Parts: sequence; C-alpha cells; structure tokens
Amino acid sequence: MTTDTLVRDPVSTVPLSQIDVSDPKLFQNDTIGSYFARLRREDPVHYCPESAYGPYWSITKFNDIMQVEVNHQTFSSEAKIGGIAIQDMQTGESALELEMFIAMDPPKHDAQRKAVSPAVAPSNLVLLEPIIRERAGLILDSLPIGEEIDWVDTVSVELTTMTLATLFDFPWEERRRLTRWSDVATATPETGVVSSWEQRREELLECAYYFKDLWDKRINEPAKSDLISMMAHAPATRDMPFLEFLGNLMLLIVGGNDTTRNSISGGVLALNQNPAEYRKLMADPGLIPKMIPEIIRWQTPLTHMRRTALMDAEIGGKKIKKGDKVVMWYLSGNRDDEVIDRPNEFIIDRPNSRHHLSFGFGVHRCMGNRVAELQLRIIWEEVLKRFSKVEIVGAPERTLSNFIRGFTHLPVKLHAH
Amino acid sequence: MPTVIFIEPDGTEFPIAVKSGTTARDAAVNNGVPGIDGDCGGECACATCHVHVDAAWIDRTGMAEPGGMEDNLLQFAEGSTENSRLACQIAMTDDLDGLTLRIPDGQH
Repeated sequence: MTTDTLVRDPVSTVPLSQIDVSDPKLFQNDTIGSYFARLRREDPVHYCPESAYGPYWSITKFNDIMQVEVNHQTFSSEAKIGGIAIQDMQTGESALELEMFIAMDPPKHDAQRKAVSPAVAPSNLVLLEPIIRERAGLILDSLPIGEEIDWVDTVSVELTTMTLATLFDFPWEERRRLTRWSDVATATPETGVVSSWEQRREELLECAYYFKDLWDKRINEPAKSDLISMMAHAPATRDMPFLEFLGNLMLLIVGGNDTTRNSISGGVLALNQNPAEYRKLMADPGLIPKMIPEIIRWQTPLTHMRRTALMDAEIGGKKIKKGDKVVMWYLSGNRDDEVIDRPNEFIIDRPNSRHHLSFGFGVHRCMGNRVAELQLRIIWEEVLKRFSKVEIVGAPERTLSNFIRGFTHLPVKLHAH
Repeated sequence: MPTVIFIEPDGTEFPIAVKSGTTARDAAVNNGVPGIDGDCGGECACATCHVHVDAAWIDRTGMAEPGGMEDNLLQFAEGSTENSRLACQIAMTDDLDGLTLRIPDGQH
C-alpha cells in the first residue's frame, strides 16, 4: 500500500454519517471488517440516513445485539412490515409474498416452529448421523489427490445438498435442484443469479409445485421423520396456505444450505490462514468439537438479521423510533472485544467458543444449529482421516451479498497422508 | 454453600457446591457438566441449559413464568415438560441445598 492510499484511507476518514455498511461489495471484497471496527469504536449504534435499502440503524456490539434479540415485543420480525433482512421482503405483483415462521412474531411463529423442529432435534439427528457420515465419505473418496479442485462446488455444496435431501427425503438424483432453489431464494436481480424478479418468482413457484407433489404423496402415507412428512401430518402445519407452505420450505432450504455450505468453506480458509492452528488440529483431532463453534463464529455465514421497531425504544443511548429498521450485524458482534477475547484471532480450542452470535438468540434462534454443527463435525472428522492437508492454491472468491457471507469459489489441492 | 445435583440421562450424578446466588447454569458450565452448554452466557436467550426439575423440588424453584421469555424458549426445547426450567434462571440459595436437576435425553 502506498502512502497516498494510506492518507486517503476511506474507512478512518469518511464522516460517520456517510458510512453505509450495507454495500454488498464491501462484503465481496472483504473490507467490511474495518468499517465495523470503526463503528464499534466510535458509534456502536449507528444511523445511516440514506442507503439503497432506505434509512436503517446498525447495531454493532455483541450486548446491544443481544438486547434486541430478546425483545421480540419491541423488535418485530414480521414480513408485512419488512421482515428479517435489510432488504425489505418484496411486495407487489412480481414478488411472491412468502410467509415463513422466521418472519413472524409469536404466537403464530411458535406453533409453526414447534411443528417442524422435531426433525432437527438431537434425537432425530442421532438417526441421521451415520447416513451423513457415509455420504460425506463418498464425496471425499471421489476427490483427486494433488489436482486443483473447487472446494465450494465439490465438497461444501455437495455435502449440504445431500444432507438437505436426506432431511426432506428428496428424490436423490434431483438433489441439485435444492441448491438452485436455495440460491434463487436469496437472490436479487443485481446478484446475477436471476435476471429479474419475475424469473425468481417463476423458479420458486416451480419449487413449490415440486414440493406440493411430494407433500400430496406423503400426506397419504403413514407419518415419517422427514420434514415434508412432518409438516404434512402435524396439526399446526397440515392446513397451511400454499404461500406459507412455500415460505417455510424456502426457510428450511436456505437455512440448511447456504449457511453450512459457507462455514464448511470458511473453515478451510481459516485453517490455511492460521497454519499453527491447522498443525494443532492435525496433532489432536479431538479438538474438532471445540473448533466447530469457532469456525461458525469466524465465518458468521449470515451477516445480519433485521428487525422493525414496533414502538420507540432506546439502545446504547440512541433513540430508536417506532417503524425504524434495525439491523443486528452478527459479523460485527462476533468481533467485539468487550465480549470475545482476542476476537480477530481464529483459535480452535478457544474457551467458551459457543458464546457467539451466528445462530442468533431468543425465540428466532437458529432451529437447525445442531444439524449445522453435526455436518461440520462429520466433514472435518472424515477430512482428517483422509488428507494431511486441504491446501488453498488460489484466491477465494466471495459472494456478492450483504446477507450471505460466503464463497463462490475456493481452489484447493488435497494432500494424502 | 448449597449443593446442586445434576443427573445425566444415563444416571451419572454431578453434585456441585456453589456460593449462594450462583445460577445452576453457571455451576454446570464452570464444572463441565455434559449437556449444559449455556451458549448465550446465562441471558435466558438460547435454551441450551434446559433441565427437568425433580418433582420434589419444583415447588421451591417454581415454574417458568407463563408467557415470559423462559417459557417461550422452553416451548422449542426438545423433551420439554411442565417441570422444565432453564438452569440460568435458577439462582442457588441455602433453601435449594440438594436441588436435583435432570438433564433431558438428547440435549447436545
């Protein structure tokens, strides 16, 4: 870096009022961290008066985020007033008005969540573990040693898609349709994944009809432990309106796909950037269960969740007005040194590593958090058995999104033991 | 120093003596009791310190306040019963000396 660019360093000199952390490019080029560091230091509850998403508050400190999380009476997730992301949920003709329990407040949220949560409860996961392990082994055994491959597509996407297909008991050969629908669900036309809102709508409808067929079959069969069968048979969900059915499906698909996919990739990057930690792991694979929450904190696969104030409130001394958009930046809270010791270091045996914001807290806390941890644990256990190193051999490419923090490409070379 | 006794699903007992005022969650986490993660740090925000209060003790600990955050979170916890509490919401006192808390099967 030349002196000239240092002098003009935009992060430390731009007036606070002009900082807009919602720009997706800042996440894609991974410069967002220095903006959040400045906000945590100088203006932890920050108002941005103008952005592509309208005015919004940024909550950047761990404990302030926690305060918003647990106060769902004041800070609503309701889709009709904006929903759960900085980008308001789409309304109008070209959009599908999806209803999903992540974007509902209690009590409706509670009934629907209760109906599907048994599918991802630990007692059901015990049954899934051997299947996921076997499938993970098959993926890894098929990879070439010593050749450049894309870890994102060959491992991260493949494993999470397989797990999701297992959870849904989805037709096996068509499982990559789940990946596509997940990508489409979180896409906006500017990302290039879809070219228009209309295209997004059409593809999601196709997804809905596909699942409707599965639903119609399973509702006439005895209840099983897959998610579709559970929703088709549970009193709280079996009479769900079509768009609500589609909404909750998309929630399960995106929730089970994009997030874990990127934590699987993020772990490889973190270990490559911290070779001493990689060596520590190879010397003691028993550290894997402790490392998994650290990977999830480090990656923070969802950068934020958004709420809308239902009444005036105060956070960190700032007056939030009724109707204001409030964005809880998990990515920032997970780097807050007031709560997390040496937050900018990746430490695989960090004490208290489960104390992170990536799953959220309160009634909307990630329902699938144990599935995520299970997949990550299995993949690392199976990777360590097979490879002495997963070496990054090219520049990672990151997702253009202010919501999903992920990778589109991660070139690696595998080394045998 | 009141003692809180955690019982694992397999019957293993963990008796832990703590200072009055310490929560049962802190007693478990600080002593590595399996199945009590306490991810949120004891803020009543995650339900990873779910316990079943032994029937003989529920009158003294009380139940989760209906409609409150603890009650909300317990609704989604696996194996929740009317004796379910979050250990972070139980502060130990001399009156609770000997309190028995069972860890639900499958928690973590």
